[in-house]
Amino acid sequence: MAVAVTGAGPAPKVEVRPRGASRREGWQRRLPLLPALIYVIIVTQVPFVVTLWYSFQNYFFDVPAPAHFTGFSNYTQAFTNAAFRGSLLRSVEMTVIAVIVSMVLGVAFAVLLDRKFFGRSIVRTLIITPFLVMPAAAALVWAGPMLDPNFGLLNWLLEPFGVNHVAWLSTHALGAVIVVMIWQWTPFMTLIVLAGLQSQPSDTLEAASIDGAGALATFRELTLPHLRPYMELGILLGSIYLVNVFDQVRLMTNGGPGTSTTNLPFYLYQQVNFAFDVGGAAAAGVITVILTIIVATFALRMFARVFQFEEAGI
Amino acid sequence: MTAVPTPLVRNREPGPQRFRELSGQVGWGIFTWVVGIAFFLPVLWMLITAFKPESAAETWPPKFTFSPTLAEFRLVFSGWGPYVTHSAVATIGSTILVLVLGVPAAYALSVHPVKHWRDGLFFFISTKMLPIVAAIGPLYVIALKLHLLDSIWLLIILYTAMNLPLAVWMIRSFMLEVPKELLEAARLDGAGRIREITGVILPVVSPGLVSTALICVIFAWNELFLALNLTTVNAATMPMYLISSVPQEGLYIAHLSAAATVASVPVIAVGWIAQRSLVRGLSMGAIK
Repeated sequence: MAVAVTGAGPAPKVEVRPRGASRREGWQRRLPLLPALIYVIIVTQVPFVVTLWYSFQNYFFDVPAPAHFTGFSNYTQAFTNAAFRGSLLRSVEMTVIAVIVSMVLGVAFAVLLDRKFFGRSIVRTLIITPFLVMPAAAALVWAGPMLDPNFGLLNWLLEPFGVNHVAWLSTHALGAVIVVMIWQWTPFMTLIVLAGLQSQPSDTLEAASIDGAGALATFRELTLPHLRPYMELGILLGSIYLVNVFDQVRLMTNGGPGTSTTNLPFYLYQQVNFAFDVGGAAAAGVITVILTIIVATFALRMFARVFQFEEAGI
Repeated sequence: MTAVPTPLVRNREPGPQRFRELSGQVGWGIFTWVVGIAFFLPVLWMLITAFKPESAAETWPPKFTFSPTLAEFRLVFSGWGPYVTHSAVATIGSTILVLVLGVPAAYALSVHPVKHWRDGLFFFISTKMLPIVAAIGPLYVIALKLHLLDSIWLLIILYTAMNLPLAVWMIRSFMLEVPKELLEAARLDGAGRIREITGVILPVVSPGLVSTALICVIFAWNELFLALNLTTVNAATMPMYLISSVPQEGLYIAHLSAAATVASVPVIAVGWIAQRSLVRGLSMGAIK
């Protein structure tokens, strides 16, 4: 103590600095952020501003006439358009089912992988692989080699159970697409939940087992609450990606039969590429963005909570 | 002799129970193996089918014994040239740009944070929530007007914007782990901002940058929606090659499987190598 006092320490800092210096300091801090910030604003926000502009225009690619202002007619059309509403609902349906089922499976897989057994890291590798398969490849391999009615592996595996050459992509199209979404995203949930399980302090679990708590009760009372932020994070991030699913729809069913698997991304893709209706697609896009912002506001709040939790000590 | 070590007794006493526990563990292990293999089955089936001659790929019942051939792979390697080049350029180009923009941004949000760093972080993540599909028509028009349609630059620009938010979050989480003492020592040595980044921070976070880059590679390589809408020939990528490998008629299942295998292998390899950091990347740095 005495040494510290008598020692020739650095002179106490002068906290009051001239105004100019602190402004320069502020810019020095801001400068490294600016390139990325400006880049993201230009590339991700400008297209949406242009979308807003075109949503009030009558503009078709295949018509030589220039775009002209049409007021809200694109919007009234979008709202009265059953195909658009249907695709919106289907997107919600597909996302909710895929996220929930892959989370349930993810928890189950994570619990299995959390135990010690022979070859655990190999099985872990096998289970994460579907997430890494190119979605276009996954879609085409499922559509052909796996689900084909005449030579698909699934029909052969299910034959002993009385399944006879089912044309899955015609009779159970939506289910088939969702199954592939689940197959690809379960590994993601597994990894996140597994990280949660492995961060669980072992002494509380030991204490519970000494107290005579059963495995199921321990899981429900201790493990699940501990996993909650991890599951929230998985659900949140999974939804962000799954709501935009396009590859599987385009390559497995092409939105059909009829419009039974047409989700929002596929609907907008059709509007632009086959109906050449830029204005109509833009209005549908604006409505989508507004709905997304409503959902995202809640999601961001959830995000902030989860991350605060993380930074507090995990 | 009467003093038998207690641990031994404790070990011996619940013999049957210990046995039941052990066999239970083995049972669960076997069960997990079965689940893992079942889950992996479609990938395995893709691999097997890729080595089949076309005539053996579309049979009932499915064939498990056949003389393997590399014919379909040879066909893929003779046709994938431009596609794989475009994919590689778009993936590597965008990943480099992500790091160039992302490292300084992450620095400004962690080591010497700007005033509203929290808002900055959440702005980045909020752009991931805006569905890019909603702007695809106008995006097409913008690209057309800028003469960027069907150009590899367009994909580089868009993939960078797609991965940058994720990278900023992830790199930031690595930078927060740089020991304060290191930064302090560098500051006392009179190091400026630049030397602080290049001399202190980068060496510490470089493994983190590698895993960030790998995550970006995965997403850029696998992307189809933007490529399909905004390119046709001059910038068509591997997922589009896959689509072209499905003809209108004729047998194609073995060829498709070979193409799908070739297209997926780079990312699968990257993912297996980066397994440890995969969780961290996918959770945007939230899970260490």
